[in-house]
Amino acid sequence: MSEPSAAAGPPVYSVSQVLAGLKGLLQDRVGRLWVSGEVSNLRVPASGHAYFTLKDDAGQLRAVLFRGAARRLAFDPEDGLEVLAYGELTVYESRGDLQLIVQQLEPRGRGALQLAFEQLRGRLEGEGLFDAERKQELPAWPRVVGVVTSSGAAALRDVVHVVERRFPAQPLLLASSRVQGAGAEDELAAALEALDAQPDVEVILLVRGGGSLEDLQPFNTERLARAIAACATPVVSGVGHEVDVTIADLAADLRAATPSAAAAAALPDRERVAIRLDRDARRLVTAGRRAIERMRNRADAGAESLRLQAPRERLAARRGQLVAAGRALRREIQALLAARAAGMAASAGRLETLSPLGVVARGYAIVERAVDGAIVRRAGDVAVGDGLRVRLAEGELDARVEAAREASPSGSRRS
Amino acid sequence: MADPVEGSGAAAASLPFEDALEKLESLVERLEDGELPLEEALAAFEEGVRLTRNCAEQLERAERRIEELVGEGGEWLRRPADLDEEDED
Repeated sequence: MSEPSAAAGPPVYSVSQVLAGLKGLLQDRVGRLWVSGEVSNLRVPASGHAYFTLKDDAGQLRAVLFRGAARRLAFDPEDGLEVLAYGELTVYESRGDLQLIVQQLEPRGRGALQLAFEQLRGRLEGEGLFDAERKQELPAWPRVVGVVTSSGAAALRDVVHVVERRFPAQPLLLASSRVQGAGAEDELAAALEALDAQPDVEVILLVRGGGSLEDLQPFNTERLARAIAACATPVVSGVGHEVDVTIADLAADLRAATPSAAAAAALPDRERVAIRLDRDARRLVTAGRRAIERMRNRADAGAESLRLQAPRERLAARRGQLVAAGRALRREIQALLAARAAGMAASAGRLETLSPLGVVARGYAIVERAVDGAIVRRAGDVAVGDGLRVRLAEGELDARVEAAREASPSGSRRS
Repeated sequence: MADPVEGSGAAAASLPFEDALEKLESLVERLEDGELPLEEALAAFEEGVRLTRNCAEQLERAERRIEELVGEGGEWLRRPADLDEEDED
């Protein structure tokens, strides 16, 4: 090969020509291609363009991702990330650099959405958005349960079925929103905020059925996560299948595995409540009966001595209370008997058999003075010839005192 | 001296479930303490029966109460929900 010599006239090119020529060569022969490598020396100045180097063990290649393409990325490029870059190989002439103008960037080894999820989770977790201390407790008896979901969706049907099983009368307030597709997170956030603003909504369910990572994407956005965090009302999430965990789930006050589980967590259980109510009714009745028996025992033992203890006015007031109590008890007997007739057999019937009125039914009576309705407790309350009204379990008697005998100081009962 | 037993008959009918249940249970406790004089005990019992019935009625209710928030003219309004039984998923 002969040595080049300027004198013989081989072509001589300027620097610019060389570079332009190389650029043209690349354009014709190479054009666009996929390159894999590791991101390093990443710089993102104010312009928004991302400048970095793609490298492997043996070499490195300058790269640039312009702002438009950078904004389209679901994830943030970072140093150390293994990527696949698609772009145009060219020469940056003013510096004489080989450069890859990247149009598309994907992480290697995971999907872009998966990486985006991990990055967002890390960032929000670092801010403390998912901290346990931030989680609010659910109310035991929410006045109204709010539900954010797509109307007509299976998730809503699941929630309604659970409500019907556990507490059919529980008021629900629905706010509809798209649950997938671009911009759905804005609608979800708006629905959440609208429910939060309603004062009687005391818990909110955020639910949707299962789907792909793309489908669930709105539930993995920062927008929705911040809306949940800002929500003053407790939020229960039930998104996707059991194995799906979304950013919304992490931000919620309680995460349920499915929409049905979310509804179950928010509602009181009617069966358990009915058992508790029944227990309370029994205690009420037992306590009421004991109160009356205690009163009778005390009266028999002569432990009370109204007339001696109290001044005249207070005595009169006491008598008035007794009149009212007597009337109330009378109304109660009538109400309970009427309720049984009306068919509320279970509660009313049970109450009647066990109640102090059951005491009455066993042959004891309530005795009132005819003149003022005062309940007669002691023989000393009446005089011979006084009219009496005797209230039995069924019916009343008008009677007159023929004789009155006080209990002896030892407290023996009159049979 | 025990606190006077409060509450009127009219109030018992309109209490929200949670409040009625709580009131019933505190009333039962007071009755169980055994310190109430006869007339107050009877009034407490009567009130307890009313509260029990109120709670039982609310538990028995089977009809749905489902409304929807609808955005209209910049405001959110409540409407009875029209539950679409079709599966759109």
